[in-house]
Amino acid sequence: MSSLTRPRSGALVSGSAKSDVNPLVSLREVRRDYALGAERVHALQGVSLDVERGDYVAIVGPSGCGKSTLLNLVGVIDQPTSGTVTIAGKRVDAMSDREATSFRLHNIGFVFQRFYLMPILSALENVELPMAEAKVPSDDRKARAAELLEYVGLSSRERHRPSELSGGEQQRVAIARALANHPDILLADEPTGELDARTGAEIISLFRRLNSDGTTIVVVTHDEDLANATRHKVHMRDGRIVDA
Amino acid sequence: MRAALAQASLIRHRARTLLAVLGVAVAAAMLLDMVMLATGMRESFRELLLSKGFDIRLAPKGTLPFDTDATIPGVSAITTVLRTNPDIREISPVLGGSIHIGVGANDVSAAVLGIDPTVQGDYEFLSGRDVTTADALVANEYLLKKLGARFGDTLNVAAGYDPQTRTYSGQRRLVLTGKVRFIYGATDQPGSVVRRETLEALGGGERRDRASLFMVRLRKGANPDSVRNWIETKIPNVSAISVATALAKVDQRLSYFRQLAFILGAVSLFVGFLLVTTLVTVSVNERSGEIAVMRAIGVSRAHVVQQIVLEGVAISVVGAVIGLGLGLLTGRYLNAILSAFPGLPMAIDFFLFQPRAAWSALGLLIVSGIAAGIYPAWRAASLPIADSLRREAIA
Repeated sequence: MSSLTRPRSGALVSGSAKSDVNPLVSLREVRRDYALGAERVHALQGVSLDVERGDYVAIVGPSGCGKSTLLNLVGVIDQPTSGTVTIAGKRVDAMSDREATSFRLHNIGFVFQRFYLMPILSALENVELPMAEAKVPSDDRKARAAELLEYVGLSSRERHRPSELSGGEQQRVAIARALANHPDILLADEPTGELDARTGAEIISLFRRLNSDGTTIVVVTHDEDLANATRHKVHMRDGRIVDA
Repeated sequence: MRAALAQASLIRHRARTLLAVLGVAVAAAMLLDMVMLATGMRESFRELLLSKGFDIRLAPKGTLPFDTDATIPGVSAITTVLRTNPDIREISPVLGGSIHIGVGANDVSAAVLGIDPTVQGDYEFLSGRDVTTADALVANEYLLKKLGARFGDTLNVAAGYDPQTRTYSGQRRLVLTGKVRFIYGATDQPGSVVRRETLEALGGGERRDRASLFMVRLRKGANPDSVRNWIETKIPNVSAISVATALAKVDQRLSYFRQLAFILGAVSLFVGFLLVTTLVTVSVNERSGEIAVMRAIGVSRAHVVQQIVLEGVAISVVGAVIGLGLGLLTGRYLNAILSAFPGLPMAIDFFLFQPRAAWSALGLLIVSGIAAGIYPAWRAASLPIADSLRREAIA
């Protein structure tokens, strides 16, 4: 695997091949309120943020400061109460469920703290899942899933089920799954949260490699090592960005 | 891949899936039995009526065959009239009654049919010799046991018996010649057959030229309803009953029975439906995080719905297939119990297996499986992704 960054049509991981003047992600005056019983919680209070293509951003801050809410909005699994969210030139803040689902499938890659792999599927099948949803022909998706598993260093574990993999290996499968449909951006919510220090370091290293190969990454983390490995840190407190 | 995920979800909780399948199987067995019960007696009765190929029965006006002791006078004249219709192939007048047979100091009473053995449709001849002569009598197994007699034995047979004076009337000596099995009669009741003229003679003048019933066999292609109408026009003192009209009367009499079966069947179906809904809903609730992740990575609502419905259908189909086998076994067992009720013809089945009934039950269960999956599937598809992930993270 000599080159990981290829034109979008054949790229293993995407990002640097697309050169836009506009930022990849742009949030403007985004607010997100929740009803919590009779109370109204202001999770985000007028957040504006740009993420350039190829960037590697860590969102840090104390628990409850709105990091995950911000990530959910960028991931198009939530909608802002007000403000605009633009990703790859598309307004995503008011998309219908169908549009948002399709957008996520083709443009967003998610990595979660708890991996959330399908327990009955093998590592290869887990990576194939988003491609099957995107109706990629079986042979093509198997080939790409195998390539991605090789990229994350799990080519020998293709046939293993999640229960037969360590936490670090499961997270690497989850990363490969997130990259399956050539997403514009990889979003990770506490990706090292369930891993020990050594395995966490492997994931940090993998993220760095991914970013240097062109993938735009936004992580929400409490892990200082991970945050320090990114290009930019965005500090949040009480639903606001306090330092970017 | 959706099928694989549905299968995965069911396999993950093997014990729970197995219990649900068994629950559906029991409901399916009950449903099949109820469908068999609702249609079985009617179908069995239809087969019984057609077993000897007689299409129409004539009974005294306003009665059903052998419903009363009433008889039809003028057998010869009626037969002559019936023979004028080219659609009528054979006529079998039957005279019913009871006889008394002296066995030592005891009296054995039995039902008796007077027939013409060449056109009869009331019994199956088993062994010995049929009633080919005027002094011959054949009996069913039950009567033979009661009499303790053998073929060739001469019996003292009487049309009447006064227990106070212990005197017989209309006595005659008949020879026991054979063993028969009655098609419509109960196996636990003593029954016998003689020639119709013999029974007429036993009854003295009262029974002369009379019949309790005429059985009429039609030519192939004849319309039983038009012949029935023709008979009732030509012979006003009889009720002509075709198989269709007999079945309509059976339907009328069995309507409460069928309603009961229908209600119990519907209850079983509903129980199966609730079972599957509950199981799949619990499964969806447990997997809310997993489903939210699937939605987050771009799996559409429609595909989540399909997967969840597939789980419900899979449980229902597997449960239904097991249940159909179970239903057949229990149906056979229950049929044996009910058929042993006193006074019933041996050939009557309560639980009659018909492929159509099985397909109906299977179809209903699959439809109920799909319906059962709809609510949990709707819940799964409506899960707010971000909220579910947040709750899952907190949990």
